[in-house]
Amino acid sequence: MIDKRVADPAAALHDVADGATVMIGGFGEAGSPIELIHALIDHGASGLTVVNNNTGSGEVGLAALIRAGRVARMICSYPRSANSTVFPELYRSERIELELVPQGTLAERIRAGGAGIPGFYTPTAVGTDLAEGREHREFDGRNHVLEYALTADLALVKARRADPHGNLVYNMTARNFSPLMAMAAATTVVQASEVAANGGIDPEAVVTPGIFVDRVVHIASPAHESDLVRRGITYP
Amino acid sequence: MTSAPIGLSRDQMAARAAQDIAHGSYVNLGIGMPEMIAQFIPEGIEVILHTENGLLGMGPSPADGDGDPELINAGKRQVTALPGASYFHHADSFAMIRGGHLDLCVLGALEVAANGDLANWSTGGDSIPAVGGAMDLVSGVKAVYVMTSHCTRDGIPKLVESCTYPLTGVGVVDRIYTDLAVVEVGSDGFEVVDLTEGVTFDEVAARTDGPIRDARSTEVER
Repeated sequence: MIDKRVADPAAALHDVADGATVMIGGFGEAGSPIELIHALIDHGASGLTVVNNNTGSGEVGLAALIRAGRVARMICSYPRSANSTVFPELYRSERIELELVPQGTLAERIRAGGAGIPGFYTPTAVGTDLAEGREHREFDGRNHVLEYALTADLALVKARRADPHGNLVYNMTARNFSPLMAMAAATTVVQASEVAANGGIDPEAVVTPGIFVDRVVHIASPAHESDLVRRGITYP
Repeated sequence: MTSAPIGLSRDQMAARAAQDIAHGSYVNLGIGMPEMIAQFIPEGIEVILHTENGLLGMGPSPADGDGDPELINAGKRQVTALPGASYFHHADSFAMIRGGHLDLCVLGALEVAANGDLANWSTGGDSIPAVGGAMDLVSGVKAVYVMTSHCTRDGIPKLVESCTYPLTGVGVVDRIYTDLAVVEVGSDGFEVVDLTEGVTFDEVAARTDGPIRDARSTEVER
């Protein structure tokens, strides 16, 4: 029987290589797979390129990974955060690179990566600094800019419910980038609050089909980033 | 400028903009002042709010303690989902935006130029660059409105001949709601289509740094 369940986050992340590109689901704290990110910190992989909409908050989760010096490069749309100075400090001292991408272009680049589309033209950002020096092409009299697909070695995703085949259901706005990242990564690791038996998720309600998922870890009561930040917790 | 303050409060600006939103519209309201519009949608007008992090049918903030950290808006504040709401992933969310399915977005601005150029994502210089979904919204949503104070706190016009800050989009703004006036972007520059009570066209023109004309005889398209 196919069973993608893995005992714990450390086992699920044992083979991460230095220099890997890691897509991390979440928009702010919604959908942020904190327990998997902390396991990635424990693992020690460095020189990572991380794809996420943001750069984390406080000194937990993604912000902690960045603070630990493991991230060489961030690909994101909004690296500012009201309650974290981790990324700005490293960025200003040129110890981390930033590739700034409009949010919808970021999503579509990831989707394209998962869908076998190497690039696409978009009207977003035409005429702005973010399209400077890029290949442009006119369609129906309107200018567009060429964007390239994004793929990754690893995706870390948080789901509300998974089954042993890796079918996933998310929790409200915690879905955000995760279904796209699960498609675009060579290996997708999921932390799920509930793990159902096969058949425990209505096939009509599956959001991410199991073909896009490689490993499932059961984290029954995932921490909330805002709660950890409020309590002044830092990781490690 | 040392004259007594004139014009609308932030709440009044939000209420004024809310009057022009059509029943049944799918609308994305930017973080900050634009999102205040939601509180002033007139009775009997139903508007479906989109938040780009994956929710249509966004409702107001929950009562203290009733929220869920995984039900948030684009400003990462906790919100609610109204009956009839739907969740979706980011590629679908921006397909709604880029694909022209949203009727209206209302954004804040650092500057709007007389040709409709918008600058609202970066003050340049030393700040950490952060763009979010602004460039996608202005490139795809059917109507792009801006809600902003007419001038900065230092009295510097935000409606300008051409933007000095980095652009969010070129020629994208259709209409601007300020504390002083409702201004459309026409083929020859700014066109005042409505004035705040007690404010004159000359006062608006004096606080605008670009070609502007009184277009109040033209009926505002609603």
